Amino acid sequence: MNNLLKLEDITMQFGGVVAVNNLSLEVNEGEIVSLIGPNGAGKTTAFNVVTGVYEPTNGRVSFDGRAIVESYPHGKMRKAYAGENRGVYKKRIVKTPDKITKLGVARTFQNIRLFKSMTVLENVLVAMHMRRKSNLFTATFLLNRKEEKEMRRKAEELLEKVGLLDVKDELATSLPYGKQRRLEIARALATEPKLLLLDEPAAGMNPQETDELTAFIRSIRDEFGLTIFMIEHHMNLVMDISDRIYVIDFGKLIARGVPAEIQNNGVVIKAYLGVSEDA
Amino acid sequence: MNITIDHLLAGISVGGQYALIAIGYTMVYGILRLINFAHGDVFMASGLIVVYLTTAMPLQYAIPLVLFLTVMLGFFIERAAYKPLRQAPRMSVMISAIGVSYLIQNLALYITGGLPQTYPAIPWISDSITIFGAVTKRVTIITPILTIILIVLLVALIRYTKIGMAMRAVSKDFETAQLMGIKINRVISTTFVIGSLLAAVGSLLYFTSYQSVVPTSGSMPGLKAFVAAVFGGIGSIPGAVIGAFIIGICENLIKSSTEFAIFSDAFTFALLIFVLCVRPTGLFGEKSIDKV
Amino acid sequence: MKTKSKAIFKTIDIVLLLAVLGVAIAVDAFMPVGLPATVLKKGAVFAVVAVSMNLLNGFTGLFSLGQAGFMLLGAYTYAIFSIPLEARESVYYMQDHLAGFLHVAELPVIPAMIAAGLIAAVFAFLIGLPVLRLKSDYLAIATLGFAEIVGAFAKWDTLGPITNAPNPLVNYPKFSKVTTYFIVAGVCIAIIALLVRSTYGRAFKAIRDDEIAAEAMGINLAKHKMISFVTSSFFAGVGGAMLAMFQSKAQANSFTTALTYEILLIVVIGGIGSLSGSVIASFLYIACSEWWLRFLDTPDVIPGLTRNGFRLVVFSAVIMIIVLFFRRGLMGDKEFSTERLVKGSKQLVRNLQDKRKAKEAK
Repeated sequence: MNNLLKLEDITMQFGGVVAVNNLSLEVNEGEIVSLIGPNGAGKTTAFNVVTGVYEPTNGRVSFDGRAIVESYPHGKMRKAYAGENRGVYKKRIVKTPDKITKLGVARTFQNIRLFKSMTVLENVLVAMHMRRKSNLFTATFLLNRKEEKEMRRKAEELLEKVGLLDVKDELATSLPYGKQRRLEIARALATEPKLLLLDEPAAGMNPQETDELTAFIRSIRDEFGLTIFMIEHHMNLVMDISDRIYVIDFGKLIARGVPAEIQNNGVVIKAYLGVSEDA
Repeated sequence: MNITIDHLLAGISVGGQYALIAIGYTMVYGILRLINFAHGDVFMASGLIVVYLTTAMPLQYAIPLVLFLTVMLGFFIERAAYKPLRQAPRMSVMISAIGVSYLIQNLALYITGGLPQTYPAIPWISDSITIFGAVTKRVTIITPILTIILIVLLVALIRYTKIGMAMRAVSKDFETAQLMGIKINRVISTTFVIGSLLAAVGSLLYFTSYQSVVPTSGSMPGLKAFVAAVFGGIGSIPGAVIGAFIIGICENLIKSSTEFAIFSDAFTFALLIFVLCVRPTGLFGEKSIDKV
Repeated sequence: MKTKSKAIFKTIDIVLLLAVLGVAIAVDAFMPVGLPATVLKKGAVFAVVAVSMNLLNGFTGLFSLGQAGFMLLGAYTYAIFSIPLEARESVYYMQDHLAGFLHVAELPVIPAMIAAGLIAAVFAFLIGLPVLRLKSDYLAIATLGFAEIVGAFAKWDTLGPITNAPNPLVNYPKFSKVTTYFIVAGVCIAIIALLVRSTYGRAFKAIRDDEIAAEAMGINLAKHKMISFVTSSFFAGVGGAMLAMFQSKAQANSFTTALTYEILLIVVIGGIGSLSGSVIASFLYIACSEWWLRFLDTPDVIPGLTRNGFRLVVFSAVIMIIVLFFRRGLMGDKEFSTERLVKGSKQLVRNLQDKRKAKEAK
């Protein structure tokens, strides 16, 4: 199987704190892979490295067979680096988040980051800006009417799929929580990604909503031919939906495997029971 | 030769005065993340208060009273114009600060009728003296010494007293400090009180060397002091002081050249833009990471 | 039914716009000199600059205080290129020589205005490269510093053969009619409005709302901030040229930080994020300061209180009240339309009725 996303020896160190420690993982095309671990294990940090928000201290991220992020300890970190695999990576490739999104990696945020002054529809339209064909001149002087119409049609289509078409003209932030989460996913889909990163999509949802979300994630995967990599705490959702699971604790990978393996893994149970009651 | 020594001395002196203003900026910024655009105008107002007070009473009463009134002005501005905007976006607070600055300047314009006000000569510190063959006022020598003393006191206050500890806590993390039971408003008020007090002292020294006060007298020194604070790393008191001396000296050396004298103000800003681009955290500032 | 009433409201909007133009034509015809003409001209100039500042501060969330600097660049560029060749010797009489190109380069009014915008835009691009990476308040102080630097260069003796050093530039062609001011201002504002409504405008607003999310949606922050900054500066430059025309002289001393603050306050009064708000606020502000509130500066209208400078005190107090208690300004982030006005007043009437009913029920 062709792997779409590959992390090699990723270490992210902030000052003296190693948030992600030598993490390697792969996500294959068409899979739904979950990254789980107790609070503060470094999951979101890993996402931020993949999407270019942070430059890792060491390691490489490849997408679709191409290195998109790569770094080695430099500057202050040359001395302070506390991780492994020093000297393996010699290049620095730092793409800004927008470039990575353009390559086909979209994300949602743990603490919902919708554009608060905009309507639901505009939130989706913003995400389509990147794929525009018009330029500053044609867009300003209304010479791109056709494209604008097409954008709106597509955005409405997307909103219909996530069940938000009836609220398209409302302010995004006036929506109830669950709908805001769905809008975040719709907005991410509007960037036409190959890989979708979901950061705790079920946070704050009740069991019924969580079940709906499970079905929803599956359906968008099939419909858009997506690969999904997600962080989640709801174990029912994770076990139900994931093809494979990675578990990290204190930034380090402690287990990997299919859901059944993870459920019976002593190390994982210990990590969770020792820290939280979630499992 | 004498010209250079003259300018160097003037530079050190102005640097000290900027340092006293810069502390007000850097402390307020450290705690509220606000460029207090009105601070320079408080400094100017303090000068005007001296002008008016000395017509009514002898200096030995006027000086303590001016310190008190300036402190009250700073305190009042914070309570009236910044406190109501605690939850508002940063841009609103900054606009409020610009509004206050505009208001103070216009009030000053109205009261003075737009005429420059002659600053009274203060005995002893206004006297002329000669050092290294350069004739200058005694204030030139006193400024850096007084500045250093005040700053040592301030640093001690911040390091060893309870309110100082609270200030450090608030500037590190506003919300957490609040949760830990620190009375935020009291800390902020104290910051404004200290800032205004030092600005009042700076104003006494500054206008003694410049002799006249106009409504816009505060804006340039204010901006330069702010640049000094940024240059030294905003939030860092020693940084602000060193930045202020560097700016004061450079500016006066530039003034000594006739061709480039016009750039003495512009230089400060060029330095600012350069520093911000090369090292946005200034000489001694700490780096902070945005949380996603 | 709904679409029909929408069409009616749109027609009324257009009629209103035409009426505004009609006022300008009427003023030109019946009282070409006097306070109304002055207010309308200056108001139009400030409207252009305020709208350009709003594009940056209100729509893109970039808190820039460099407006006066770009206006100065525009004013000087316009003046330098449009002073008739034969008049130049007399304008630059303080200089011992003229820069070489000034003996040959002369532009007609409109091309000179466009040049004014372009020069401002080029400088914006150059200063934007380092400065736009800075966070909110640092950006503010850096752009403010840039404006001061520009001012110093304009006054520099060495550049005298081009800028006439601290002496004013005069004798360039000026618009004489209010209508011309209105048309030029209208075109500038319309272009900015179109930009704001385009897909680029949405990207700007996204950056304002949440930079991190905007970048995650594939919006190139550096590029879009630059587009906004350069466009805003272009129109600030054009506005500067218009101000130079209005004042009949271009001199560095009239483009100070105080001017930037004044424009910022107009933007705040109109509502940060509302172009029509900026336009309305510009005219209101200028009308008050040049005309309606002039009496406050006349000695003893109110004995012991009104005299020179009192108007500005009242002004700044009003501004503080707006900043503190009416933070959304006149328009908030909404645009003016007859539809909204009618709906809004209906709502207001309904609210009042409800209140009265509630009172009666008690």
